[in-house]
Amino acid sequence: MATTDKQVDNGVKVDALLGAREALTKAPQAAKFTWRATCKWVNGTHSRSTVQGFYGLGEEQKHKTEFAFDADHPEIFASEDKGATPVELVLAGLASCLTAGIASVAQLRKIQLRSVSATLEGAMDIQGILGIDSDVRNGFDGNKVTYKIDADASPSDIQALVAQSQKRSAVYDIITNPTNVTVEVQ
Amino acid sequence: MILRIGTGAARRTTTVVIGAGHSGLAMSWCLAQRSIDHVVLERGEVANAWRTERWDSLRLLTPNWQSRLPGYGYEGDDPDGFRTMPETIAFIERYADVISAPVRINTSVTSVRRCGDGYRVKTSQGEWQCQTVVLATGACNTAQIPAVADAVPSAIATLTPMQYRNPGELADGGVLVVGASATGTQIADELHRSGRPVTLAVGEHVRVPRVYRGRDIQWWMDAAGVLDERYDEVDDIIRARNVPSLQLAGSAERRTVDLNALTSIGVKLIGRLVGIDHGKAQFSGSLRNQCALADLKMNRLLDTIDRWASESGLDDEVGPPHRFEPTVVDASPPLGIDLASGGIRTIIWATGFRPDYSWLDVPVIDPKGRVRHDGGVVEAPGLYLLGMPFLRRRKSSLIDGAGDDARDLSAHLASYLSNRTSVPRPERQVLGR
Repeated sequence: MATTDKQVDNGVKVDALLGAREALTKAPQAAKFTWRATCKWVNGTHSRSTVQGFYGLGEEQKHKTEFAFDADHPEIFASEDKGATPVELVLAGLASCLTAGIASVAQLRKIQLRSVSATLEGAMDIQGILGIDSDVRNGFDGNKVTYKIDADASPSDIQALVAQSQKRSAVYDIITNPTNVTVEVQ
Repeated sequence: MILRIGTGAARRTTTVVIGAGHSGLAMSWCLAQRSIDHVVLERGEVANAWRTERWDSLRLLTPNWQSRLPGYGYEGDDPDGFRTMPETIAFIERYADVISAPVRINTSVTSVRRCGDGYRVKTSQGEWQCQTVVLATGACNTAQIPAVADAVPSAIATLTPMQYRNPGELADGGVLVVGASATGTQIADELHRSGRPVTLAVGEHVRVPRVYRGRDIQWWMDAAGVLDERYDEVDDIIRARNVPSLQLAGSAERRTVDLNALTSIGVKLIGRLVGIDHGKAQFSGSLRNQCALADLKMNRLLDTIDRWASESGLDDEVGPPHRFEPTVVDASPPLGIDLASGGIRTIIWATGFRPDYSWLDVPVIDPKGRVRHDGGVVEAPGLYLLGMPFLRRRKSSLIDGAGDDARDLSAHLASYLSNRTSVPRPERQVLGR
């Protein structure tokens, strides 16, 4: 690990993150967050999800603007392809979560990043979602993430960066571990 | 006033040490050196946990030479060997004799509470009034069992490592060992060799080789100063105190019992146990990263050792530096096991231990059940803690760590006593009844 006092700037405000960590250690209630999304059916398999408000640090919070995500299925599914498939959004979520982690951990470990890119694959047998074979699960058989990282660090330090990012990633945890899901109709 | 002896009248001493294991005894030696009047209260016999809460084949994970207690050390002819449990018990018993520790056996502490400017210690054998208390009851009083244990089908036997004695007590058939630190890996190894196919659920773990460059890993960590690293020098002490135990085993052959050694005899590795749903055990898909983290961490330790060896001019005396094979993980290990299928007959919870402070009626316990302390100096005045992971040094949880910690804390305790006796304390009269 690099330990010199060199200037490293990955655009991550590590001092603020460490400050928050310390503050939340003393006030664990404030660490309780609730993330929210809303979704509206548009037409066919096309839907639009939006996010803006969330809860954290003991009160309601807001993104600076509302973000919208269109989801649909490609034409080979007889859909109109107005957006990414939901499972691609999951891959995007995993990639963004791990990449944010890499930047943060690199800043903390004083590793200057020059470029970070990831390719993700999620293999799936669609016999599951089509109900052809009940032994086939609906979701991914497995996910493969491949990083290319150009950074001011040894190969093993870069490996450690990527490993630590998985250890602290919310989406990695969501995908690798079971979660109770409650779906209700009002 | 009539002096009463027996129940009702609290006996008096300056310091009550709770627990006559290696930590409590090391503290007793240090207190005796300072002529501080004390007793050591022990619920059972000396070295009680070693007698009653360990499996039959267990040997100490540290070599014989490394069990150095104040005023006492190894004198046998096998410094590199690993003590069996009977040898460990005899070793600690002998220490109690050699230092003439004032141990009261079969004395269970039922309550410790603040009383006047000191403490009142209630026991199964009457009460003690003292000025200072040393908690030396250890870090492993109860087995920590995950909440999912409640969902295990009743046809499956479950055991904690404190209940487990030997493979012969288990039904034939498959075993799921949950947890891959020192306890889980050793029990998995023994059970699989007994003919019971073992699946090992692996979460965060610390991989180390038993022997590196011809020397025991404990020798390296001791010599290179890794074990002496202090609690106020590490970046994140809470994290350091929660690091799982090293994957080590003590054996005459000095075998390394890491995950590769276990898979080579046929043990199946699986991710961390994260749920049981309708009789189906669910495992995390994070196995690969857990193993990558452990490999990277081991290599950083070996880098530290190699650097120190070079700086110390040892490179010609020991074997050449090398690195171990990365942990081999299946491309897609199973994520679920149907516990109703009969493949698993027994589950062993090697998921850690926790201390029990149910008898400690002093408000020093944090929401996670840990005593709040600064290097063993507990928040309440005159109260001390010993024998916990990374209490004051990385070696604090080892027998070898008890001496330095007890020396430091007995010095603090002595200065606490001398500071308070120099000030008039009117509340003492309350205690004079």
